[in-house]
Amino acid sequence: MLKRVFIIGMLSILGWAACTPAPASGVGEPNGSGSTAPRPILTVMTHDSFEISQAVVDAFESQHAVELRFLKAGDAGTALNKAILARDNPLADVFYGVDNTFLSRAIAEDIFEPYASPVLEALPDEFKLDPGNRALPVDYGDVCVNFDRRFFADSDQAPPKTLQDLTAEEYRGQLVIENPATSSPGLAFLLATIGTFGEDGYLDYWAALVDNDVLVVNDWESAYYGEYSLHGGSRPLVVSYGSSPPAEVYFADPPVDETPSGVVSGGTSCFRQIEFVGILRGTELRRLAEAWVDFMLSPAFQEDMPLNMFVFPVNPAASLPPVFREHLVIPETTAHLTPDQITRNRESWIDSWTEVVLR
Amino acid sequence: MNANPSSLRVNKRGTGFQTGWLLWLPPLTFLVVFFFYPLARIFSISFGRGDQGIFSLLLQALTSENTLSMLLTLALGLPGAYLFARYRFRGKTLLRALSGIPFVLPTVVVAAAFNALLGPNGWLNMFLMNQFNLAHPPFNFMHTLGAILLAHVFYNTTIVLRMVGDFWSHLDPHLAAAAETLGATRWQAFRRVSLPLLSPAIMAASLLVFLFDFTSFGVILLLGGPRFATLEVEIYTQTVNLFNLPTAASLSLLQLVCTLAISVLYTRLAKRIARPITLRPVLLTQKGLASSRQKLAAGVLIAALLIVLVTPLAALGARSFTRYGTAPRGEVVQQGWTLENYRQLSEDPQSSIFFVPPTQAIRNSLLYAAATVLLSLLIGAPSAWALARRTSSRLARILDPLLMLPLGASAVTLGLGFIVTLSQPPLDLRTSPVLLPIAHTLVAFPFFVRSLVPALQSIQPNLKQAAAALGAAPRQVMLYIDLPLVGRALLVAVVFAFTISIGEFGASALLARPEFPTVPVAIFRFLSRPGAINFGMAMALSTLLMLVTAGGMLAIERLRLAEVGEF
Repeated sequence: MLKRVFIIGMLSILGWAACTPAPASGVGEPNGSGSTAPRPILTVMTHDSFEISQAVVDAFESQHAVELRFLKAGDAGTALNKAILARDNPLADVFYGVDNTFLSRAIAEDIFEPYASPVLEALPDEFKLDPGNRALPVDYGDVCVNFDRRFFADSDQAPPKTLQDLTAEEYRGQLVIENPATSSPGLAFLLATIGTFGEDGYLDYWAALVDNDVLVVNDWESAYYGEYSLHGGSRPLVVSYGSSPPAEVYFADPPVDETPSGVVSGGTSCFRQIEFVGILRGTELRRLAEAWVDFMLSPAFQEDMPLNMFVFPVNPAASLPPVFREHLVIPETTAHLTPDQITRNRESWIDSWTEVVLR
Repeated sequence: MNANPSSLRVNKRGTGFQTGWLLWLPPLTFLVVFFFYPLARIFSISFGRGDQGIFSLLLQALTSENTLSMLLTLALGLPGAYLFARYRFRGKTLLRALSGIPFVLPTVVVAAAFNALLGPNGWLNMFLMNQFNLAHPPFNFMHTLGAILLAHVFYNTTIVLRMVGDFWSHLDPHLAAAAETLGATRWQAFRRVSLPLLSPAIMAASLLVFLFDFTSFGVILLLGGPRFATLEVEIYTQTVNLFNLPTAASLSLLQLVCTLAISVLYTRLAKRIARPITLRPVLLTQKGLASSRQKLAAGVLIAALLIVLVTPLAALGARSFTRYGTAPRGEVVQQGWTLENYRQLSEDPQSSIFFVPPTQAIRNSLLYAAATVLLSLLIGAPSAWALARRTSSRLARILDPLLMLPLGASAVTLGLGFIVTLSQPPLDLRTSPVLLPIAHTLVAFPFFVRSLVPALQSIQPNLKQAAAALGAAPRQVMLYIDLPLVGRALLVAVVFAFTISIGEFGASALLARPEFPTVPVAIFRFLSRPGAINFGMAMALSTLLMLVTAGGMLAIERLRLAEVGEF
């Protein structure tokens, strides 16, 4: 019997290996002597949250006679680290998903080749954070505190409007946030407080939040699905995204007319994350990589992003799907910190935060 | 006095063991004070993270929660193991398979199941509020120490049940019976006869539970939140958030050293207490529940196991058939029972290329698990066999604790290591799907080896010598003596490899994966998006994962019954 298990296992592995596409890099292998000419394979390295519709992939592939391959390499920070460490023998031709909190690291490690895409002209200047055009903006999204509308309606309580409100006694024990050391929205929220209260004031603010019984969890999933009252938890305020309320409408069953969540957007209570794409140094497919970057900035891809990744186009020519037009709150102002500031101070900010909040 | 322990050990075991410890105390204290502590101190200073952070993390990991949860796990696991080892009863195989499921479930999903059951809007509180007309949920369980401990017990009991239970089922019950005949009480017979014989398996299980909680693949973060940080979290922060690779590397090294220290301690002790015994077939060691007292005791124990291990699973299953209302100002929170969560699994409104239908994800998961099992067999079985040989070489003694190290390795660091090492043909595996079963096997390896070694070590050497004297080649000895005798343990090892692969602990941090998403990957895809539908689908897919795991384990258990279990 044991032998049989061995054999069955062996066979299943073989079968499995047989249907595994060979790892490909650069131009297709020359041994493919089929009737059709081998199409080059363009590899795009990205983070785990990346999504794209089949139709959009097909459009690009047929237009440029290329095969697209996507490499999901962990969360945004992990993926960037891998791209940096693989610099001498790159895993891909293009990297998408560096955000403004990691931008300086990518630039400093020099993993991107500059590319002045013609589409850049159409983009608002506020998104173009790299004057050297090594990293080109693709999308943005805001990290904001969400509130459970039903909770506040039922308890005849006004939802908070600004960060300062969150320290008020009436919101005691109502907020759940993510640890900035382990979570990207958690870090963005910390940055929002630093942008709002300054380096001199943010720790006092956090001490007040701690006094007001803020709950810290490690990741967004635990906060949103574990603690947020909308999904069965006990806290009606959660650090999430500005896009979460429209997503709650889009993924509601039965359909709803109004978002179950609202957004705390007063003052500079949100932090804007901008994501960038860049051509990895050393690619052998520079021309195709340029075409892909142009494509990511064009309406075809830009309009596909919102419902797939819940981020918004930087290209004003791209229009938003109806659910976002109706339910999205885009804050008028957001907390502002430059990528350089963030990279320089990230460690001391997180350390100080940990001392004040967790210890 | 302790110069020749082997001669003393046999009849003066109890006292010899304790005085041995007393003798060790001065040198150990000496080493701790003059070696480990200064070393840890200089480490923690050179990390540039203040002199308190790392050290308190370490202390935290080594003290309170972990130890307490380990004791609780043993408190439930050992009686459970006894029940499974000594008695036949209806539904035993099923209960055993169910006990292994927590092992594979993503922590967020388990937290959601606990929430659905015990949370402020959970079923228990709803029920109490309805029954007694209460305005507020009376029962506040989440975020208490009790919740953390319960989660640990929920995750870890299966390790004790399996590793100790299977070994126990082969212990000759006549040994304890003989002691009782000679006047020992039941407790004395257990403490002086059964417990010493079981100790290698108990220690192996405890070691795994402890390391599992202490290191990267642990569940300490599950319900405790960031205050219960582990070294792995610090390594992640240093690597990903700060790109402070030197510090991250030192921390990884420290974690490895700690793992190594614990493993060395363990192997030293295990060597001393392992002894050959005559293993008996299950047919002779197990009986039905006869007296009503036995039935009552077994009933209470089974009820306890059901409550701790199965209720949360049932809650998860039930949760997957509900959808929480998002209608504003609606009174009802839960919207009745529905199959929608399952139906929608096969649809993707955006037709994203990363969408994977549930059948496909299950197929991928099973293929990876099969590959992991095979790889574990190829690598783990020979190592266990080499380790268990009585005449172990110096090399084996050095290698023994090293084999535990994969459990202590930081997934984040190792993942980056893969990127920089596996980059040249023929080993350019950086983006290959083959890397996934390799990573799973790395994690499964310690479990695999530790499940096998106690059984292998307990084989009477004269059996093998007799076979060899009768002309059997070493290969034949292995095939016809060792293999049938450890068949059960081997299948326990296989079950571990299977479940670890299905659950994918820490592997996502290790790899870049372009194709073939598994069930856990699909679950996390849903979990990373807001919305009641996404959460419902995550619960449905988790329930499917639960069923697939239970099915797989039952299938493996059947294999055993058919052949090797009978020996």
